[in-house]
Amino acid sequence: MQALTQRSRAVDRKPLTLWERIYLPAVLKGMTITFGHMFKKRPTINYPEKTRPFSPVFRGLHVLNRDEEGRERCTACGLCAVACPAEAITMEAAERKNGEEGLYREEKYAARYEINMLRCIFCGLCEEACPKDAIYLSETFAPSNFARKGFIYGKDDLLIPNPKTQPEELAKARGEA
Amino acid sequence: MGVTSILFWSLSALALISAIMVLATKNPVHSVLWLIVVFFAISGHYILLNAQFLAIVNLIVYAGAIMVLFLFVIMLMNLNTATEPKKNLWMKLAGIISGGSLFLILISVVRSSVDMSQKSALVKDGNIGLIDTLGKVLFNEYTIPFEISSILFLSAMVGAVVIGKKN
Amino acid sequence: MIRRDLNGMTLLAFDWIFLIEKLVLIAVIITASLVIAMYETYAERKVAAWMQDRRGPNRAGPFGLLQPLADGGKLFFKEEIIPNSANKWLFILGPSLAMLTAMMTCAVVPWGSSLHLFGRVIDLQVADINIGILYVFGVVSMGVYGIMIGGWASNNKFSLLAALRGASQVISYELAMGISLIALLMMTGSLSMKTIVEQQIANPHWWNIIYQPLGFLIFFTCAMAECNRAPFDLPEAESELNMGYHQEYSSMKLGFYLFAEYINMFISSAIMATLYFGGYDIPFVNEASLAPNTAAILGVLSLLTKIFIFIFVFMWIRWTLPRFRYDQLMDLGWKKLIPLALANMLITAVVILLKNH
Repeated sequence: MQALTQRSRAVDRKPLTLWERIYLPAVLKGMTITFGHMFKKRPTINYPEKTRPFSPVFRGLHVLNRDEEGRERCTACGLCAVACPAEAITMEAAERKNGEEGLYREEKYAARYEINMLRCIFCGLCEEACPKDAIYLSETFAPSNFARKGFIYGKDDLLIPNPKTQPEELAKARGEA
Repeated sequence: MGVTSILFWSLSALALISAIMVLATKNPVHSVLWLIVVFFAISGHYILLNAQFLAIVNLIVYAGAIMVLFLFVIMLMNLNTATEPKKNLWMKLAGIISGGSLFLILISVVRSSVDMSQKSALVKDGNIGLIDTLGKVLFNEYTIPFEISSILFLSAMVGAVVIGKKN
Repeated sequence: MIRRDLNGMTLLAFDWIFLIEKLVLIAVIITASLVIAMYETYAERKVAAWMQDRRGPNRAGPFGLLQPLADGGKLFFKEEIIPNSANKWLFILGPSLAMLTAMMTCAVVPWGSSLHLFGRVIDLQVADINIGILYVFGVVSMGVYGIMIGGWASNNKFSLLAALRGASQVISYELAMGISLIALLMMTGSLSMKTIVEQQIANPHWWNIIYQPLGFLIFFTCAMAECNRAPFDLPEAESELNMGYHQEYSSMKLGFYLFAEYINMFISSAIMATLYFGGYDIPFVNEASLAPNTAAILGVLSLLTKIFIFIFVFMWIRWTLPRFRYDQLMDLGWKKLIPLALANMLITAVVILLKNH
C-alpha cells in the first residue's frame, strides 16, 4: 500500500549504541532545546487587557437592528426561525397599534424574540434569511454564566441602542467611542 | 543531677517504654514504628557516650534501611489484627520458657561481668565511637573478624540473588 | 571545644548567649528556607511556563509575585479531610515527618564563615558536628518514613503502591549516593561540612568538582531521585497512581508534603554546593583580604547564588525529561550508577594512594 504522506517511517528497533546508552548527550540536547525556548517570544495575549482582533467575517452574538430613526426592523416573519438549523430562535408576533409608529417600522412586530445561545451554532443563516436586515451577527461572543437561563437572550439583550435617544451607547457598542 | 543524667534517664525510659510498646501493640506496622523509636533512643545513648559515628550509623542502617524493609514486607503482606494467626497454648508456653531463659542468661551475664560495676561511662570525652578510632580498631585489631563478617554479608547477598533468580 | 561537642553535653552547660545566638540562627535559617521554598513553587511555575512558551502566574501582585501567598492561603482554608478508614495518628504523623526531616538537614550546612558582632564570633552554621555528612544521610533516610507512613495510613491501595515505590527508590539511590560520597570523603579526610568547605577555600586547592566530576554527576542524579523530582517522580506519578502517596491528603497536610519536596530541593542544592562547589567560597576572590563581616555576608550571598543555580537546574531538568518507567529507574540505580560509583571510588583510592607514596 502506498503511504499517504512522506512522513511515515519504520520504527527503528536496533539496540542502542554505547553513545546513546550514556543518555547524557541526549539529555543535554534536550536541555539546550528547552533552554532556548525560554527566550522565545510568547504567543500568549494577556486577554482582558489585550484582545485579539476578530476577523471581519467573525460571527458572534446576534443583535436586532433598528433603522436610522430608531425603529425596530424586525417584522416577526419567522424566516430566521425556519432557517435556523439548531432551532434556537423563537418569537411571538404582535400587531402594531396606533401611536406605536415610532417604535416599529412595519405593521407587525416581534413582541417576544428569544435566541437560546446554548443551542445556537453561530452559522449565520438567520442573517442570510432575514428580508428586513433586522438580525446581524456581531463581533462579540456570549459571556459565561452560572445558569442556563442566562443564555436565553431576549429582546432587551439583543436590540441595539436607539440611535435617536441613546447615540453615545450606540457608538460605544460599535466600538467607535 | 546534671543534664547528662536527666537525658540518660529520659532516653532510657523512652527506650524501655517503646520497647514494651513494640510487643504490646496489635498492629505490626505500629510495632515497627515503635521499634524505630527504640533505635532513636539508643542512638541518643550513643551520643551521650560521644560515639556520634555509631549513633548515626545506627540510625542510617537500622532505622533508615532495615526497618524500611520490615515495613515493606508488612505492608505488602497486609498483616493486621484480623489476619493474625491463632496461637495455641503450647506455642505460648514454649515462647514463655525460651524468652524467660534468655532473660535469665542476660541478667546473669550482666551481674557476673566484673568490668561494669563501679565504673562510670565515658561521657562527652570518650573517643571509642568516633570514626577514626573506630576505623583504626576495625582495620588493625579486628581485621579478620571484620572481613569474615563481610564475607557473610556477601554470601547472604548471593543467596538473595539466587532465590530471586529461581525462574 | 564548645563547637565540636555540640551534640554532646557542653552546649547545655549554660553558655546562655551562645544558646540564644544559635536559636536566632535556627529561626533565621528556618524562615529563610520556608520563604525560599515558597518562592520555589513560584519559580517552578514560571520556569515551566517559560520553557513551554507560556507566561506563568502573573495575576497576583506584580509579575504574580504574591502567587505563593495565595496558594498557601488557599491550602490553609481548604477543608481538612481524614478518611474514615485511615489510621488517624499515622495519617497526621506522615506529613509532619516529611516536613521535619526536610527542615532538620539545615542544621549542618555551613551557610557562611563567621560574623564578628558585639565582640563575639558567630558561626553561620547551626552545628559543626564531626559527622556532618552522615547526619545528612541519617536524616534523609528518615525522610522515607514520611512517605511510607503517609501512604500506608491513608488506607488506599494507590497511596500504598506509591509509598512502596518511593521508599524503594530512595533506598536504592541512597546507595549510589553514599558510594559516590565516599570517593569525595577519601579526598577530604573529614566528614565535617565546615572542614570540607574550608579545604576548598584554601588556595592551592580547587573546588571538589574539578577532582570529582563523575562523583558529582552521580550525586546529582541521586539527589534528584531522593527529592522525588521528575524524571524520578514515580511516587507521585499522576498518570498511573492518581496522585501518589498523598492522594488522600487535603488542606495543609497536602501542602506540607508538597512543601517538603521544595525544601528538600533547596537543602540538597545547598549540600551539593557545599560539597562540590566550594560552599560559601566566592570564586576568584581571596576572602582573607576582605573584612571578616563583609566576607561572611558575601559568602552567604555566593552560596545562595550557587543554590539558586542548582534549583534552576533541577527545574530545567524537570521540564525537559519525561518520567522513567519503574524498571528503567531500578536499572539506572542498581546496574549503572552503583557500578559507576564503585569504579569512581576505586580510581580515587588508587590515585590517592599513588600520590601519598
